[in-house]
Amino acid sequence: MTSTQTPIVRMQKLHKHFGSLHVLNDIDMEIVPGEVVVVIGASGSGKSTLIRCINGLEEVQSGSLDVDGNTLLPNGKSSQALQTIRTEVGMVFQQFNLFPHLIVLDIVTLAPMKVRGWSRQDAEETAKRLLERVGIAAQAGRYPSQLSGGQQQRVALARALAMEPRLMLFDDPTSALDPEMIGEVLDAMRELAKEGMTMVIVTHEMGFAREVADRIIFIHKGEIAEQGSPEQLFDAPQHERTQSFLARVLNH
Amino acid sequence: MDVNFQFDWSAAFSSIPYLLPGIPWTLLISFGGLAIGFFIGIFFGLLRISPVRWLRWPAIVYIEVFRGTPILVQVLFIFYGLPQLLGGPINALVAGIAAIAVNSGAYISEIVRGGVQSIERGQREASLSLGLSRVQAFRYVIWPQALRRMIPPLGNQGIISIKDTSLFSSSGSVSWYVKGRSISPPPSPR
Repeated sequence: MTSTQTPIVRMQKLHKHFGSLHVLNDIDMEIVPGEVVVVIGASGSGKSTLIRCINGLEEVQSGSLDVDGNTLLPNGKSSQALQTIRTEVGMVFQQFNLFPHLIVLDIVTLAPMKVRGWSRQDAEETAKRLLERVGIAAQAGRYPSQLSGGQQQRVALARALAMEPRLMLFDDPTSALDPEMIGEVLDAMRELAKEGMTMVIVTHEMGFAREVADRIIFIHKGEIAEQGSPEQLFDAPQHERTQSFLARVLNH
Repeated sequence: MDVNFQFDWSAAFSSIPYLLPGIPWTLLISFGGLAIGFFIGIFFGLLRISPVRWLRWPAIVYIEVFRGTPILVQVLFIFYGLPQLLGGPINALVAGIAAIAVNSGAYISEIVRGGVQSIERGQREASLSLGLSRVQAFRYVIWPQALRRMIPPLGNQGIISIKDTSLFSSSGSVSWYVKGRSISPPPSPR
């Protein structure tokens, strides 16, 4: 990645509190287009909160956050920018969060039709192409409850991609899956990374992280404790916290 | 106390033909009232969960007043108190429908609130993350799911409201209920 590129995400001195809990402490982070960033850290370290700030699902109390030229103000005081950001940033959740009352095809076409104003025909064409790409075209007429976890998460991926996002956020997308289904979701993400999508991924899949990431960020107690290339971080971690975290997750 | 009270089964059965003509009225009042109550319930139920405080409190007042007082008292207010306020008699049918509407409306408000609040937070987050506005998220994602969860408790409320129409006999204003009363024998002289 060339550092001269204009970043698509720029966080400066970001602070977030949940009551007395200081969840994010003075976060500075830049992400350039095409970059794949993997965020790791112990549970409760603030890594999910960090990526949920990028599309405004979490409000921050101070600091500045720019996403693709739109500025998000602290304490939720920027609804127009927020709306714009959310149309440009896709997200895949740990619990899939598919819409159980809709069939797969309608789940994928909903936002393009209601937000982008596409015709049903255009939206369905795109949806079918995306479902094909993630390998679940045959399930287009079924409800989420009729699908396996891995299939559901791939529908969620197609749903987000249908909005043609400039940036994709993944909030621990494989941790709710049975082990034999993790691979199919990671494959779809790997494919996406290869195509040059900018991605920010929270995951516990260290092998996957090492393989796809351009940069690994290690979060400890709401702060960026260490970051670097996968080789730097996994093979020669500098921070003591990083070392003990990696020792815990890699040796079992 | 009249200790010699005897229940007369033959009177109970032979009076059925007198009561049958009341069925359409019972249905009209209960379903008319419930239909209006449903819209009242949606309106106040959504106000009740509004993020805006001054929209919430009128809903809380309405719901707590009508859930917190006996329906018999509400019926008496509507049949006898309201005409006085309005300065003229009101149609017994209208009064009956109004009573069921405002009463069931309060309970349905809570059913609406429960239905909407039972939808997982992730549904809203997923909708917003796709760029849907809060109104769109509600209309296309939250509400259709909430509505399905509301069906069983709405059924219960319907049954309760149908039976509540029997209270209008106490107002004496609806003739077939008067029939029902006249069938029961007068207190026997000692």
